[in-house]
Amino acid sequence: MNRAALLIAVMALCTVALRALPFLFMPEKKETPELIVFLGEHLPPAMIAMLCVYCLRSTDLKGPSHGIPELISVIAVCLLQKWKHSSLISVGGGTLLYMILIRILL
Amino acid sequence: MAYKSRKEQIRKAFLTSLPVMAGYVILGIGFGILLAEKGYGVLWAFAMSLFVYAGSLQYAGVSMIESGVSLITCAMTSIMINARHLFYSISMIDKYKGSGKYKPYLIFSLTDETYSLLSDGSVPEGCAPSFYRFMVSLFNHSYWVAGSVMGSLLAEALPFSAKGIEFSMTALFVSSFSEQWYTSKDHTSALCGLVSSFLCLMIFGADDFLIPSMALIMLEMMILAGRRK
Repeated sequence: MNRAALLIAVMALCTVALRALPFLFMPEKKETPELIVFLGEHLPPAMIAMLCVYCLRSTDLKGPSHGIPELISVIAVCLLQKWKHSSLISVGGGTLLYMILIRILL
Repeated sequence: MAYKSRKEQIRKAFLTSLPVMAGYVILGIGFGILLAEKGYGVLWAFAMSLFVYAGSLQYAGVSMIESGVSLITCAMTSIMINARHLFYSISMIDKYKGSGKYKPYLIFSLTDETYSLLSDGSVPEGCAPSFYRFMVSLFNHSYWVAGSVMGSLLAEALPFSAKGIEFSMTALFVSSFSEQWYTSKDHTSALCGLVSSFLCLMIFGADDFLIPSMALIMLEMMILAGRRK
């Protein structure tokens, strides 16, 4: 049990260190370097694209549903977002659609 | 500029955080169940979700705790799984400036999902940026902790008819990706991210593609930044 507590402490420390490190190098008073401003603007879309791929990484194209529920639901989320610009509607709608599709197609 | 009342700002933050709620509660429940099955009860789930607060690492953490890996292995695994958080923080340095007393918590609680809600830097009208971001982060954190505790308590009693609800995480990232796509004219970095990570997924496979993807994206960012000068 003590071992488990230690392991949890290590996980917590490593995670917070990764999150805090860039901030520690850039104190409030210093003016933000141009490169960091550039990254702040351009990195988020790239990182979020990576997260999308990460979430879909294990989609089994050769499985019984051939990844069709994933494909349709992702398209639905994009269209809903374009239409309403509300992530609540697109996330809710897309997830509901996905849950229906995997029940129909599997 | 006059801000709205605290209550109204909290309401706005709550609305923003809602899309994360379902996913965090469900994923939290899954984690709580997993941990409980290894013989670690509700206090463990609570503590781990409160202090570690990193979804994929906590799932990996369950098996690390079970097999009792060395502290070094644990640290290495944690850093590998969570390396992407370095980049989230880098891109929030400017936006989180001047957050004062809220800043430590904002940094601690910068998960994938919180990042996807706050990374575009926008804040609803009449909300103080740092307070609003603090509340969004706090709501998300509380969903995660609540889910873990619920999962731990329910353990096997849960009827898992909610199959597929985990897709809400995917949907969340897809919605913030498409929102950024629709609201910006320059799609270079979005495409860089998409193509690079897809390429790395093809080459390195599902288990090992994150680190190479991040390296490739960073390289492209450097090239883009250099070209702009």
